[in-house]
Amino acid sequence: MTEPLLDIRNLCKNFGALKATDNVSLDLRPGEIHALIGPNGAGKTTLIHQIAGTLQPSSGTIRFLGRDIGGMSMPGRTRLGLGRTFQISSLTLEFSALRNVMLALQARQGSSFRFFRPVMRDRSLTDPAYETLERVGLHERAMVAAGELSHGERRQLEIAIALALGSKAFLLDEPMAGMDSEGSQALTRFLDGLRREAPILLVEHDMDAVFALADRISVLVYGRVIATGTVEEIRRDPEVRHAYLGEDD
Amino acid sequence: MRQHLRRETLVNAGLAVLLLAAPAIAAMAGEPFYVTLATRMAILALAAVGLNFVLGLGGLVSFGHAAFFGIGGYAAGILATHAFNQEPFPFGLSGTNQMLVIWLAALIASGIVALLIGLVSLRTSGVYFIMITLAFAQMIYYFAISWPAYGGEDGLSIYVRNAFPGVNTLDPLSFFLICYVLLMIVLAFFATLRNSRFGAALQAARQNPVRLASVGVEPFRIRLVAFVISGMITGLAGALFADLNRFVSPSMLSWHMSGELIVLIILGGTGRLFGPVAGAILYILFEYFLGGITERWQLFLGLILLAVVLFARGGLIGLLAGKVRHD
Repeated sequence: MTEPLLDIRNLCKNFGALKATDNVSLDLRPGEIHALIGPNGAGKTTLIHQIAGTLQPSSGTIRFLGRDIGGMSMPGRTRLGLGRTFQISSLTLEFSALRNVMLALQARQGSSFRFFRPVMRDRSLTDPAYETLERVGLHERAMVAAGELSHGERRQLEIAIALALGSKAFLLDEPMAGMDSEGSQALTRFLDGLRREAPILLVEHDMDAVFALADRISVLVYGRVIATGTVEEIRRDPEVRHAYLGEDD
Repeated sequence: MRQHLRRETLVNAGLAVLLLAAPAIAAMAGEPFYVTLATRMAILALAAVGLNFVLGLGGLVSFGHAAFFGIGGYAAGILATHAFNQEPFPFGLSGTNQMLVIWLAALIASGIVALLIGLVSLRTSGVYFIMITLAFAQMIYYFAISWPAYGGEDGLSIYVRNAFPGVNTLDPLSFFLICYVLLMIVLAFFATLRNSRFGAALQAARQNPVRLASVGVEPFRIRLVAFVISGMITGLAGALFADLNRFVSPSMLSWHMSGELIVLIILGGTGRLFGPVAGAILYILFEYFLGGITERWQLFLGLILLAVVLFARGGLIGLLAGKVRHD
């Protein structure tokens, strides 16, 4: 079996007496989309935060590309190749869509301490940024300030930023949230192709998208993984049906 | 968008010409007092451009920039005093009355202090950042007051204005021109840096530090470098201010001075290239005209500031040139 890129073992996170993450183990293998589903408050975003480095786990290990990244800062993890999108869009709102992507590109080039050359005349930033926006279908809105983009467009921009980082694995936290059905179908097709570039750990509530995309699904309930398996296995699993999908699915 | 940019360029050019023409005309009319007034405007604008790096671009409200202004001033005062009295420094160094050397000393000294203050204060944010920068500046202020070697509470006189090669610095207009040219150079540097990769990262750190960190850039390092650049420029302005007054006093280090620089920026337009220039012109004009009417002129300044904050958030530049637009 292929070596997992991202390997999470026995991860726990306690907030006082609350076990937000309860002995979670899961992995992400090359070329796959691994969906993480669960009811509201199951601890999906808390888990993403720990993987991305915004929250420190109470115990357990997170390995990425064979390295223990548990003690690494969020910027460090990004530089290593872990690209994440936020559940609530997190963009530099005064900058245009293009400049948001350019910021990711300059970070990837490791060159934020250049003081003289104007970025807008730097084709090693503007050209690839525009191409990345083209990939997610946002190029016509390249010069619009991120703060003036619609909700769905901001989600697309989040993806474009993650792409521009050249990530080796993606953590996507509800990328479809708030999109209309046309938008989420387009994004589903896009993510379907994206897995060949880098595997995706996908947190998503849109079950049509999850069932269409996921190679494997893990179900999180009250901070615990109650099942991991293929779409069919998860659909049939009685505990999952009881806890989450509803008896008369 | 282009129209806004052009309008701001026009406003900026207008301010630059105004600040140059007024003292030139005053000098021809034999009114050196107004030349000195314009020189104060240029120097305060320069100090505020320094603050505008962190406050305007980085969104960091430093309430301690008087520290750098005062350190620049004392660098000038101390070097000039040693040169005048022909007392050598330790380590075989000597004093100097050459502005170029003094400026370098002011830049280095304020840069080092900015690095130290920044290393501590930039680990905090919001009100804590404001309070820590204030606390550091007040510490330096009380140190200056209680240090008798360089005048203590009484301050330090510079008996002869320091020299610049090929220029008679005692001529008010010549000294004004030195300050004006430095101001324009630093403004060009501000404009360049704002559009650079570093400027993009610094502005991103203001708009959304989490986003900046999540693309892999530590906001702390960006802010620290900006804070050092900012402190150095305000320190340079302090050295010029010392030469203008031929006197350095601890009041250059006091929190009033820090507050004055913030007020200048708010009056002129936060984060705008010529905001500090517009602010300094307005502030000195208010001080002169309102101060001529009443000793309580700062009450009226307060009312004007209140009006700006409530009704004209972009300051004078915002009123004249519209909102900030990024490309």
